[in-house]
Amino acid sequence: MAKRVAMTGNEAMAEAMRQINPDVVAAYPITPATEVVQIFSSFVADGLVNTEFVNAESEHSAMSACIGSAAAGARTMTSTASQGLALMWEMLYIASGLRLPIVMAEINRALSAPINIHCDHSDTMGARDCGWIQIFSENAQEAYDNMIQAIRIAEKVLLPVMVTTDGFIISHGMETMELLSDDEVGGFIGEYKPQHSILDVENPITVGAIDFTDYYFEHKRQQIEAMNTAIPHILEIGKEFAQLSGRSYELVEGYMLEDAEIAIVALGSTIGTAMVVIDELRDKGIKAGLLKIRVFRPFPAKEIAAALQHLKSIAIMDRSDSVNAGGGPLFTEILAALYPLSVRPLVVNYIYGLGGRDMDMERIQGVYQDLQKIAAAASIDQPIKYLGVRE
Amino acid sequence: MKILGWKELPIGGLILEGGTAAQYITGGWRTMRPVIDTAKCINCLTCWCYCPDSSIKVENEKITGFDLDHCKGCGICAKECPPKVQAIKMVAESEVRG
Repeated sequence: MAKRVAMTGNEAMAEAMRQINPDVVAAYPITPATEVVQIFSSFVADGLVNTEFVNAESEHSAMSACIGSAAAGARTMTSTASQGLALMWEMLYIASGLRLPIVMAEINRALSAPINIHCDHSDTMGARDCGWIQIFSENAQEAYDNMIQAIRIAEKVLLPVMVTTDGFIISHGMETMELLSDDEVGGFIGEYKPQHSILDVENPITVGAIDFTDYYFEHKRQQIEAMNTAIPHILEIGKEFAQLSGRSYELVEGYMLEDAEIAIVALGSTIGTAMVVIDELRDKGIKAGLLKIRVFRPFPAKEIAAALQHLKSIAIMDRSDSVNAGGGPLFTEILAALYPLSVRPLVVNYIYGLGGRDMDMERIQGVYQDLQKIAAAASIDQPIKYLGVRE
Repeated sequence: MKILGWKELPIGGLILEGGTAAQYITGGWRTMRPVIDTAKCINCLTCWCYCPDSSIKVENEKITGFDLDHCKGCGICAKECPPKVQAIKMVAESEVRG
């Protein structure tokens, strides 16, 4: 029986972790992710979980401890944001390269400099090639649901998973949401039975051996294959979760998209605001829609192309910039996804919300107005725009 | 040792048994090799203690030679051989192999 509660995103993720009851959590606090492990540490102190909680001296050490723990066969979780994720960098690659199913709550926050504690996607996008599965959450409910599914996904495909929310907007914003019971979560995730453990003295293994020119490529090829095969598993686990919770999860999710002529594509909290704008536009007879990208890694290129191919004009909303003078990461990857189509929609990029700059309804309305003009003119005069920045 | 493809290898670079370093031939890295004069050697086994690659072969407490499949030619054995003994010399591989 679902329990309806009011929770912030951080509280929801900590609650998911309580119900998951991982063997080990190793973490170092950083705004706006601090609460996730702070709340969880109170569960440890109160004896509500059986978790070994490791207070590391840095995020690099936290991820290192997670790697050791996961290699020992323990169900392992952590949480971080921004500079913390950046400090984990080399260990992120090691976690994925060693195929360790670590699950991380990653609270999206801008990267320094200038120092800033508010939301953008620079941290997670910077880690997009680290070999981690990346799942974006639109609200606290999704953050909670995604954390529970992430355990199953990670342990199925043997890749680490980061579940992200938008810093402060979701992490500290309170919403009503539904919780599953402890038994339902326990039943859904099941017992973790690792294939190997460095602590199994009867079956000795070597973890992290050197690969020269003779084996490195093969091991990377395996890792790529794991990411490829993650897609059907994510879908299957999403379906199973829908049966349990009544909430369905896909790789990408359209809103008013099927008959739309113009649409935006976005990640995270912006989706909710955009839906309200779409409802208003639809009332005026404007065929506006949107595509939410839930799973960014593995990148669902085919699904995105199929969902967007019928549109006249599309705005890709990037809450980070690659600073490559060629557009944000979502933009360039979606362009690549659309390229195989024989007839392609007109696509523009908006960089928005850097350092927590508000993404309000007015700005989204402006994007749809631009899209109407682009669709009418059947041409693009400015492919990349910066939304909400002072000139 | 058969070189496996990506579909056959254990994932994550795992090695699923112990002692496999013996199967992995690394002697090819060597540019210098140790050569022992058994007439001078007093079998003190100092070189055996110091060799970082366990490449000093010993039988019945006597040195019988080197495991050239794993010796990297670092020269520690020659360096640590007692000054009064000096039984091990490092020789260029190019001289030995011609």
